[in-house]
Amino acid sequence: MADSVNIEELKRLAPPAELRRAPVVEGNQGLGWLTDKLSAFAEGKTPLWWWILFLPAAFAATVIFPVCLFYQVFTGVGVWGNNHPVMWGLDIVNFIWWVGVAHAGTLISALLFLTKQHWRTTIGRMAEAMTVFSVMMAGLYPAIHVGRAWFDWYMFPVPNSNGNWPQFKSPLMWDVFAVNTYLVVSTLFWFMGMIPDFAVLRDRATTRIRKTIFSFLAMGWTGSAWQWHNYEKAYVVLSGLCTLLVFTVSSIVGLDFCTAQIAGWHATIFPLYFVIGAVFCGFGMVLVILIPLRKWCGLENVITKSHIDKVAKLTLVSGLIIDYIYLMEFFIAWYSGDSYERWVFGHRLFGHTYWILGWALIVINVGVTQLLWLKKVRSNLALLFVIGLLINCGMWCERFVIVVGSLYQEFLPANWGKYMPTMWDIGLYIGTLGAFFMLYLLFVKFLPMIAISEVKGVMPEADPHHPLGGAKKGDRS
Amino acid sequence: MSTKTYGLMAEFNSPAEVLHAAEKVRAAGYRRWDVFTPFPIHGIDQVMGYGNSLVGWVSLAMGAGAFASVVGLIWFTNAFDYPLMVGGKPLFSVPMTFVPAYIMLIMGGALGALIGMLGINQLPRLHHPLLGKKRFENASRDKFIIVIGANDLKFSATETRQLLATIGGANIETVEETD
Repeated sequence: MADSVNIEELKRLAPPAELRRAPVVEGNQGLGWLTDKLSAFAEGKTPLWWWILFLPAAFAATVIFPVCLFYQVFTGVGVWGNNHPVMWGLDIVNFIWWVGVAHAGTLISALLFLTKQHWRTTIGRMAEAMTVFSVMMAGLYPAIHVGRAWFDWYMFPVPNSNGNWPQFKSPLMWDVFAVNTYLVVSTLFWFMGMIPDFAVLRDRATTRIRKTIFSFLAMGWTGSAWQWHNYEKAYVVLSGLCTLLVFTVSSIVGLDFCTAQIAGWHATIFPLYFVIGAVFCGFGMVLVILIPLRKWCGLENVITKSHIDKVAKLTLVSGLIIDYIYLMEFFIAWYSGDSYERWVFGHRLFGHTYWILGWALIVINVGVTQLLWLKKVRSNLALLFVIGLLINCGMWCERFVIVVGSLYQEFLPANWGKYMPTMWDIGLYIGTLGAFFMLYLLFVKFLPMIAISEVKGVMPEADPHHPLGGAKKGDRS
Repeated sequence: MSTKTYGLMAEFNSPAEVLHAAEKVRAAGYRRWDVFTPFPIHGIDQVMGYGNSLVGWVSLAMGAGAFASVVGLIWFTNAFDYPLMVGGKPLFSVPMTFVPAYIMLIMGGALGALIGMLGINQLPRLHHPLLGKKRFENASRDKFIIVIGANDLKFSATETRQLLATIGGANIETVEETD
């Protein structure tokens, strides 16, 4: 039992309020209370807002998505706007965009774990789910962009009747490995993190069907010291590997571009450019997802304003790096003296048709991001939500400008062309958005959306050397 | 179906309490026992006498295995079985294999970490004698539970119960298992 004298002493010794770290959970009333609070949403009645969001998302995912997907697969890539010289259109733009959305999730869950940021425990799980679902959406695009999706298995080193193999020197081939690995590893990380929480939900289950499902998912987890001992090791190892992935997957997507000879793509900065862009875009999505959900799921004490503030700061940091990269890109295009490079970059802002996207990305990614310097903006949740949405749009524009903006006016003016997405391009994008949000809402409703055991583990009640954790005077040995 | 004693289980209220209790159980010479907690407790590894977890080695082995396999695969497919000349580059060189091999190292390492963790923890299992106990459900909530196994050489229904009581355990119960 906590010794009251000890707690008083601790209060006396504590640093002044302005120097203290913000608590991970506000108004914490003990471990039992926390367990109830964190599992409440998965166990409670489905609220109306959930249905209002779920039904349109499910419609997009189960009607618009398959219609656009199958029409394209059965008819051919020609149903899209892709045509000479712009062979990479919205499909690749959306591929990069979805991969980007995924990255912030991994960064939050893995890199912030390795750096022992306790506040990450509250948002880590939701960020990981975002990663898993958006990599699913990303992986789809290259798979159907090949045109004959039924030959996708040629990309894997499987013996075939022609006796040939994939060409491993191509970054496009590396992409196959990278995206698949990203999907598998982020899913594993997400699932492993949930095992102890499945056990929590299993132990709390009141109906037989819940008990059975969560018993299977928890796989017999008992939470013994031995199990935690190995689990923690596995978690550190997986975090380390996921951190490597953050820097690898988008780098390889960047290599797809920079190994090509196209002006506007052929730059050594691309791997880093894509990683940072991905992280920036992903933080935007984290803001978009967290801000409404913390309110609607009654988690304002857990995902506190201080945590949102920290996410906003990380958004600002990645935004500033991306701004620097834009600057370098334009500078190098000018400094290289290469007339094709200069042409492409000049036309990004002062060309025709696509100049509006070029300016949109500058206004949002360079301009709007600077608002995050202000504490007033970082504590205004509605404004942060809008900024998050804008960043997602801004990064989408950026990818469009890079992909289409570099292709439509290539070296020979006789080859110049235009690209306009068709309804099938746009429909598929809406479909993937629907599928993403449908999966996300299902996750929020049925699975532990907050890492219950992790959050409990960073509470003072969990520290055997803290009076709230039961430590008595003279215990400090 | 007959039942036999699996062990004795006692409840504690705080991490510090269970940590001190665990020290005493260990000092009493028990070998087959474990502490069940809602989250990992700092310092319990030392009390239990655990060394470094083997999970890291499983992960390393699978990661390194995957890395080497992919280097081998690329040599076999692009240089040996179907020599593929691309851009006048050598049929096989180590740098060209690095990226896919590195990616698969991450894949292998991650699979190794999960498989190693599950394997060493003897999971998945469909049932555990403790999961049948109503009070054990609190071990994932806010209670800290010590279980001393009946297969311990020092186990005795009365003396072990007494030990658990003297070190501060509450709600001491016998756990049964079915054969």
